[in-house]
Amino acid sequence: MKRNDIENMALEMRRKILDISFECGHSTHIGGALSMVEVMSVLYGQVLKFDPSNPRWPDRDRFILSKGHGVLGYYPALLMAGIISEEIFSTFLQDGTDLIAHPVMNMDLGIESSNGSLGQGLSMAVGIALAAKKQNKDYKTYTLISDGGANEGSIWEAAMLAAHLKLGNLTMIVDYNRMQNDGSGKDIIDVENMSERFKAFGWHIIDVDGHDVDQILDALQDGSEVDTPKAIIAHTVKGKGVPFMENQKDWHHNRLTKVNYDLALETLGKESEAVSAT
Amino acid sequence: MMEINPRNARQWARLGPRGFFGMALLDVAENKPEILAMSADLGSSSGLERFKAACPDQFINAGIAEQNMIGVAAGLAKEGFNVFATSFSPFIGIRAGEQVRMNLGYMHMNVKAVAIGAGINMGFLGNSHFGLEDLSLMRAIPGMTIVSPADCGEVLKTVQAAADFEGPMYIRLTGDGTCAPVYTEDYDFEIGKSVRLREGSDVTIIACGSMVKESLKAADQLAEQGMDATVINMHTVKPLDTAIIERAIQETPAIVTVEEHSIIGGLGSCVAEYMAPLQKRVPHLSIGLPDEYIKTGSYRYMLGQEGLVGDAITDKITDFLKG
Repeated sequence: MKRNDIENMALEMRRKILDISFECGHSTHIGGALSMVEVMSVLYGQVLKFDPSNPRWPDRDRFILSKGHGVLGYYPALLMAGIISEEIFSTFLQDGTDLIAHPVMNMDLGIESSNGSLGQGLSMAVGIALAAKKQNKDYKTYTLISDGGANEGSIWEAAMLAAHLKLGNLTMIVDYNRMQNDGSGKDIIDVENMSERFKAFGWHIIDVDGHDVDQILDALQDGSEVDTPKAIIAHTVKGKGVPFMENQKDWHHNRLTKVNYDLALETLGKESEAVSAT
Repeated sequence: MMEINPRNARQWARLGPRGFFGMALLDVAENKPEILAMSADLGSSSGLERFKAACPDQFINAGIAEQNMIGVAAGLAKEGFNVFATSFSPFIGIRAGEQVRMNLGYMHMNVKAVAIGAGINMGFLGNSHFGLEDLSLMRAIPGMTIVSPADCGEVLKTVQAAADFEGPMYIRLTGDGTCAPVYTEDYDFEIGKSVRLREGSDVTIIACGSMVKESLKAADQLAEQGMDATVINMHTVKPLDTAIIERAIQETPAIVTVEEHSIIGGLGSCVAEYMAPLQKRVPHLSIGLPDEYIKTGSYRYMLGQEGLVGDAITDKITDFLKG
């Protein structure tokens, strides 16, 4: 994909997030989904190796959504990658659906793991990356964690082991939006200096603007360290793209009314014009 | 390949199930590269030093980080490995309990969580290291298979079976080097199928782990008093061999369960829960550890204090049967 296509994919993902949030009729984790859109569009639009017609393809790259509440940034990416259908996507949060508010492992739908309990996905990603080394497989393992999720001690247990095992085939992206359920991280538990923290744990660090697809792509494609796990610290804005949601704790998990939905779409419309003009 | 015979049984018993486990796993895993062993910095405490030396590519030390160990084990299992993840009972079954729930329960990953030193056999290390509540927690996790081997020979049988078993399992090792073997000859072992060790018509004793041997001792003493006991080795706590409970209700007027675990939520609870809705029931005495953190001492001292030795089990059963 070209840069413009990835940006358009990101824009379309935002529209899908708003549509499905409104249509499902429930509160959704919308703020943290909007902050991860560019990262997911670069991953599923450009970087990840997969076969949409065979989600179990053994040589596919693995992606684990450690920030499990970020499904609204995940299901639209799977939809736009052609792995899940519109029909499946439209069942989000409908009774009996496979697409609930946290991922449920379903290899037919390209969902690699069940998540929702924060701080656990990185451990599984470490195991998968280690398996690839033991089995001499070329696939890469990616995981997306949240800075709030990094409050969990298990993230740091996993970070220590990944560096010790020299898992250069593992990439972690931190959705560093500095917000969590109860508000700003600085008012709850300090999440500043995220890069230095992971650097001290022995990771190869790349800081990026988490809404700049070029920077994300460059960081994901950086191959300068082969024996060191990579942490891409994606500096993001929670609620990105919808001004009344940006950095607002009320939009961590909330229900989109018709008025707010229309207002949000109007904002995206303006952004859409800006993207096509570039 | 190792075999159970009188000489081996005697030698293994000196190591105890915890020390012997690594030998058994090495015997099973050699030439099976899909089997991995993980330890949370307790390799030497679980007899895994030799395993590590013989199969370095199949051993992973996760450091003192049990929660991560379970998640890493699940990632490895997802890619086709059969992972035996080991630590002391409270650290793997309780500290990492939610990781066990997510990865072994919810995702049903092919990981064998091995609790070394369950029950009270960590002795003077104290209640911080005891596995008093683990059965209660682990058996409530849907899809979990739970095995509590009676002696070292059965540790070998369990590890052999687990190597061919697809799915999550909690293996609970009780007993130590002071415990005499239950098995000195080979026997048929099948996950989910209990073993009848002794036939009697006055009471059925259903035991697991270290308490199988003590129950056999009790049965000998009961026989001296003219009472014949059936003794069942319920090595698989989940799924429970319910057919044997039905048979016990038909054939004996009482059931006694004996376990090195809290009386809340373990084997006794399994049997009671199964029996409660049945039309025909028999009185049931549940023998186990009390609902408290006990005063610590050596393993044999504590077993004596808590009445988990042959003599005390005999007395409790005699009183119970008198009504």
